[in-house]
Amino acid sequence: MKPGDGKTVALFATCINDTMFPTTPQAVVTVLERLGCKVVFPKSQTCCGQMLTNTGYYDEAVPSVRNYVRTFEDYDYIVGPSGSCIGAVRHQHPMLAEHAGDKALKSVSEEVVKRTYDFSEFLVDVLDVTDVGAYFPHRVTFHPTCHSLRVAKVGDRPMQLLRAVKGITILDLPDAEQCCGFGGTFSVKNSEVSVAMATDKARNAVSTGAEYVVAGDNACLMNIGGVLHRGNTGVKPIHLAEILAQTEEAAIA
Amino acid sequence: MSIDHRTEGSVAKPRLTPAPPTGSYLGMPAFPKGVKKELENQQLRRNLRHATTTIRGKRALRAAEVHDWEELRVAGEQIKNRVGRHLDHYLVQAEEAMTRAGITVHWARDAEEANRIVVEIAKSKGTDEVVKIKSMVTQETELNEALEEAGIAAWETDLAELIVQLGHDRPSHILVPAIHRNRSEVREIFLEEMGNWGTPAPPDISDDPPELAAAARTHLREKFLRAKVAISGGNFIVAETGSVVIVESEGNGRMCLTLPETLISVVGIEKLLPTFEDLEVFLRLLPRSSTGERMNPYTSIWTGVTEGDGPQDLHVVLLDNGRTNVLADPVGREALRCIRCSACMNVCPVYERVGGHAYGSVYPGPIGSILTPQLRGVASPIDQSLPFASSLCGACNDVCPVRIPISDILVHMRHKVVEYKRKTHKLPTGESLLFKGIGWMMGKGQRLAGAQVATQAAARLMKRRKYIGPLPIPGYPSAWTNARDLPMPPAQTFREWWDAREEQR
Repeated sequence: MKPGDGKTVALFATCINDTMFPTTPQAVVTVLERLGCKVVFPKSQTCCGQMLTNTGYYDEAVPSVRNYVRTFEDYDYIVGPSGSCIGAVRHQHPMLAEHAGDKALKSVSEEVVKRTYDFSEFLVDVLDVTDVGAYFPHRVTFHPTCHSLRVAKVGDRPMQLLRAVKGITILDLPDAEQCCGFGGTFSVKNSEVSVAMATDKARNAVSTGAEYVVAGDNACLMNIGGVLHRGNTGVKPIHLAEILAQTEEAAIA
Repeated sequence: MSIDHRTEGSVAKPRLTPAPPTGSYLGMPAFPKGVKKELENQQLRRNLRHATTTIRGKRALRAAEVHDWEELRVAGEQIKNRVGRHLDHYLVQAEEAMTRAGITVHWARDAEEANRIVVEIAKSKGTDEVVKIKSMVTQETELNEALEEAGIAAWETDLAELIVQLGHDRPSHILVPAIHRNRSEVREIFLEEMGNWGTPAPPDISDDPPELAAAARTHLREKFLRAKVAISGGNFIVAETGSVVIVESEGNGRMCLTLPETLISVVGIEKLLPTFEDLEVFLRLLPRSSTGERMNPYTSIWTGVTEGDGPQDLHVVLLDNGRTNVLADPVGREALRCIRCSACMNVCPVYERVGGHAYGSVYPGPIGSILTPQLRGVASPIDQSLPFASSLCGACNDVCPVRIPISDILVHMRHKVVEYKRKTHKLPTGESLLFKGIGWMMGKGQRLAGAQVATQAAARLMKRRKYIGPLPIPGYPSAWTNARDLPMPPAQTFREWWDAREEQR
């Protein structure tokens, strides 16, 4: 009996992972199927709308809310590998529905939101597992990401999962809970401040001696990784799901 | 510094006090431009990092040791919400109680009215100088300059505020206004300026903090002893009793509150508390959140005139200056709970790197970015840029002692800026067209899939590259790639991978 037996999970890949980082949702599929879940990918899905909402474009974000509700309303478990996108769905969708003056949308949205989980939450809270059978013989440092911590409020779940990975060495990241400076359109509207923040984050990651900086959000990793790559530091960004997807069998084969 | 500051500025007559920098806050460049100078200043970055890290740690320690800290925050939130909900009632109650106790109450709709009232009272006392307790609200109304215009010198007596005033400078923090200065800069300012305006600093003064403090004490002493009128703000007014409350650290406030014959307190209308008992909550929340102390050294509470003891003529000016507009906004009004502790700016990663001046507002940092554009409106470039001066990391929300959802209000204000531009611009901005397009694209899965054809084409075109380096395309592309590489999009999107996998099954 596997922890995921009998559970159908609708994967919310998120638009950025779908387009830019497909290996992350692929890893989510690998882990969930390994744990016995049936994974489906409803193809009408797009985006949480956060980039629009957080830049002030409420009207433009409403179609994303409608689309999300339409796409996922029939599923019991909606799982995405991003604290930020999941946080935005849960924290902003009902507000946007209210902004649109659509009471029906708001009430459905409030229901769908309750069934929306960050990947780490679904593993730890719903499947009740921390050891997912992963193997990753590398030195890593973990950046908790602001929206995972303060919007989705995933707490130490990603860390619980990482600690259970075989062969891994986890090194403490100095000032771990400080923002990497991504902030969506902040990264381009206030690029100089954003870069100043990202540079400090990258420097802290390098100082740990880790090979990888791990997070539950590829947007933050794109920012930190952009500075790490420009500086030829050799430290690579990696999503938590991609560590959890690796196994000893696969490594040997 | 060869400029004679006594004659600097638009007014030809000699200055009574050190001239502040020329130009107004509203004329300042938008935040992204304003930060350039600050970011390049390594000394400033080091000063700020050291100061904010220290105070951040102290606050966390002092909050953690209170077992019911979260309940205390909820209590603070609820009391302040109650004040907002029944502000009309509490204002009248406070006026009646203060009047009964012998305080003359004045009402000011805006900064100009408040300044006029203060100037008239000071003039009626026949004085040409006043001493001041550090006060954010009189910074907001720019009272010192109004007094200067009227021929009255206003002397700041808070140590950091004195450094700012003598340095012809602006405050950069609401609690520690000279946070951007280090001790050697303070020494230089004292040596150069004190003698121009009163007792000079000892010529052999070092940059040792106790020596600097002693010089300030001597410089201020003669002003305290001479002044007939003092001006303060107010941390709280208790509506039930008409008591005015000031909390401070240095004792300069206590001097101003007890020595002069006349005391004028300018207080924002949101500063009311319903009952004396409510102080119990705020006198615990405020010092722990602001200076990271269990108690602040001086708490002064006065309820009207005590014959033969302290000021015999007490005035309170209740100031609106945009606050009722803030109250009218169901989302934005939560910012009125602010008790000016500064915990949000001390924890803010943006503030830590740029300091307070770039915000173009007396209230910098996260609280300033939501309060200032509400008080002043979003018509100017600086006010339009403030809600965007945040990465929305949310660290401020967690430390706010009255639980203001700062990042939610930042987003709300961004929406207001977008709406304002939509209404006032004849043509849609490039950004609004871009976001309209993205909004449309995200309305349906097929549309997103269609757009992904473009990213994949780029990937195929540059198939050997894994990263994109600096792009000479103005706007967002160069803003990202100036200092950060961008990963190449993959040739196969996730949805394509999924389709291929489904087909194989």
